Amino acid sequence: MEKQEYTITLYTENSIGMIGRISGIFSRRKINIESLNTSPSEVEGIHRFTILIHESEEVVRKLCRQIEKQVEVLKAYYNTDEELIWQEQALYKVPTNIIAEKAPVERLLREYGASAVVIRNDYTVFETAGHREEIDKLTAELTKYGLIEFVRGARIAIIKDSAGFHTKLKQFEKEEPAPEIVENEYLDQRDNVFTM
Amino acid sequence: MNTLEKTELEPKQKTTTMTQLSGSQAVLEALIHEGVDTVFGYPGGAIMPIYDALYDYNDKLTHILVRHEQGGIHAAQGYARTSGRVGVAFATSGPGATNLVTGLADAMIDSNPIVCITGQVFASLLGTDAFQETDVVNITTPVTKWNYQVTDATEIPSVLAKAFYIARTGRPGPVLIDITKNAQLQLFDYEGYKKCDHIRSYRPKPIVRKEYIEEAAAIINEAKKPFVLFGQGVILGRAEDDFRKFIEKGGFPAASTVMGLSALETDHPQHVGMLGMHGNYAPNVMTNECDVLIAVGMRFDDRVTGRLDKYAKQAKVVHLDIDPAEIDKNVKTTVPVWGDCKETLPLLTDLIEKKDHSAWLSQFRELEKEEIKEVIYDELNPTSDIMTMGEVVRVLNELTGGNAIIVTDVGQHQMVACRYAKFNRSKSNVTSGGLGTMGFGLPAAIGAWYGAPDRDVIAIIGDGGIQMTIQELGTIMQFGAKVKILILNNEFLGMVRQWQQLFHDKRYSFVNITSPDFVAVAKGYYIEGNKISERKDLHHALKTMLEHDGAYLLEVMVGKENNVFPMVAQGTSVSEIRLK
Repeated sequence: MEKQEYTITLYTENSIGMIGRISGIFSRRKINIESLNTSPSEVEGIHRFTILIHESEEVVRKLCRQIEKQVEVLKAYYNTDEELIWQEQALYKVPTNIIAEKAPVERLLREYGASAVVIRNDYTVFETAGHREEIDKLTAELTKYGLIEFVRGARIAIIKDSAGFHTKLKQFEKEEPAPEIVENEYLDQRDNVFTM
Repeated sequence: MNTLEKTELEPKQKTTTMTQLSGSQAVLEALIHEGVDTVFGYPGGAIMPIYDALYDYNDKLTHILVRHEQGGIHAAQGYARTSGRVGVAFATSGPGATNLVTGLADAMIDSNPIVCITGQVFASLLGTDAFQETDVVNITTPVTKWNYQVTDATEIPSVLAKAFYIARTGRPGPVLIDITKNAQLQLFDYEGYKKCDHIRSYRPKPIVRKEYIEEAAAIINEAKKPFVLFGQGVILGRAEDDFRKFIEKGGFPAASTVMGLSALETDHPQHVGMLGMHGNYAPNVMTNECDVLIAVGMRFDDRVTGRLDKYAKQAKVVHLDIDPAEIDKNVKTTVPVWGDCKETLPLLTDLIEKKDHSAWLSQFRELEKEEIKEVIYDELNPTSDIMTMGEVVRVLNELTGGNAIIVTDVGQHQMVACRYAKFNRSKSNVTSGGLGTMGFGLPAAIGAWYGAPDRDVIAIIGDGGIQMTIQELGTIMQFGAKVKILILNNEFLGMVRQWQQLFHDKRYSFVNITSPDFVAVAKGYYIEGNKISERKDLHHALKTMLEHDGAYLLEVMVGKENNVFPMVAQGTSVSEIRLK
């Protein structure tokens, strides 16, 4: 099976050590995490992990099952880029004098949807958000003008056909969840979304 | 964490009905409420408050002082395996806790319900490289089903309730709770113990879906050559009777994994032997002949499947398992029956047709005859001067009738014992299956005896494995577990030697191991013993061992360079199993 980019979305309890427990599942199998973001989710008290990896579908599916086996993980989804709205953010620090003199700043900002966050005498900080290729292009562009510092944030993603986690959580909180909502949809969509 | 903040923010409401307990007392109260009667442990600085509290619980909890923490957790595993209950081990921080790691890994891969309590330095010292401080929670994360560090005593009742719930439900596994010394000492208002029966992020019991049962039944009913593989899941699910009904109604031949042994009595007419690398000939060969493979509570370990791309490719696969991560992990299933086999087996039995597959079953028996001729007969009835491991197990079977608990260590003797030992009752086979932990046998046998003190517990151990945890003879000496220790001494690390002979041109590299005078060592521990090297003494020596009221060590000298056959060599298919 061919490797491609997959975004794994996890809903977990907000407890200490979760990043370690999750990342161990990848490192044990010698799989590199391209980016990892943790944040609050749409549900209060529930954390959301967004993990980007480059792997085959079979590997990703098995990984998600191992992740969902962790006691404090509520749910694991994996999606291809087409199934997601996703973004990465980047910050660039460049010398103000060069930018002011040489670079067609206005054009760059417009072209890449970037904006200036800080402008000082010695340096200027730009910010942009978008897909990887756009960020990479802007990085290449700004390198020409003496890029001092660059940082890119982890991917964050929204699943296009997700209805959010509120109803799911309500089911999970009940001692005896209803079969139609919970559990075995994995069996229905074995190759699509694995759920428990 | 949240709970911590909460307790700090909320004003404590003091009522006169509440009792003040220390964190340590709360730990012991939790154990008693969970029905624990035996704890295996070793004290030390960071767990002293718990041991101090234990002083007052002597009448309710039996504490067995082991000689090494690894022995403590292996004993807890043995206890869990023969009793079907949660095994409990105590250890102190630092080295005490790191000594548990091998046992945790073993319990994790073999799905043993274990709760370990470790002491930890004061919360104020965490991360300062304090004396006997190690990051136990991080070290044990990959080898525990769940772990947690308690720094506030108020958390203890609920955390321990969670620990026991997680350890014993779903696919069981080890849980470690690390408790800082300040939390053990802290007094708090104890509101009683409430057992845990639900955690929102953890769903141990999937809802069984009828349509998959129906689909599985349809495939099974159409099968001409159905073949059942069963594992420890049958024992863990307490589904032995349901399993027997299932195979009897369907008329299926059934083969066991190493971990599944004793779930079905060895003499059952449909029991066709053991699977795997050193399993029986027929079940391995027939795996690639059957048309429907029905796997019950087993996980298709690589020692069972051999080469995966040549494993049962012709068959439709029905896999019954409680752990969804096991379904499709190694062998792609046609129908997954996800659930507790205690629940799924009766549903499936209802839907399958009563059938007689005796012609198909007799094909297994034909292959079995071949194995008897080529391997088994000579192993059990050797004509050579020197004894074989197999004949020792045969004579043992004759004397116990198959009613004993057989604990094994790891290596040749383990495979021989698993192949030839007779089991009449479930929970009678205690061995380190997944991890293959040498040194498991002796301490596990101690725990196995406490888990089933009315039964004969025989620990079959090699001359290598016994030397890894031989100090546990001290535990036997002090507390009187009536364990029978049967050392099969071939003066080699036999399994490694066998591989070096077969796959490394007989270059015997560091497999030659010398032994102390085991009988003298036992005597040093005030344990009776005997050593034999001649066949004429075997029956009497085993009988003496079994009839002795108390622990006993019997060393039997066996052939130095005997090999365990049949064998599915690594990287080959199960149907390429070699008889010699």
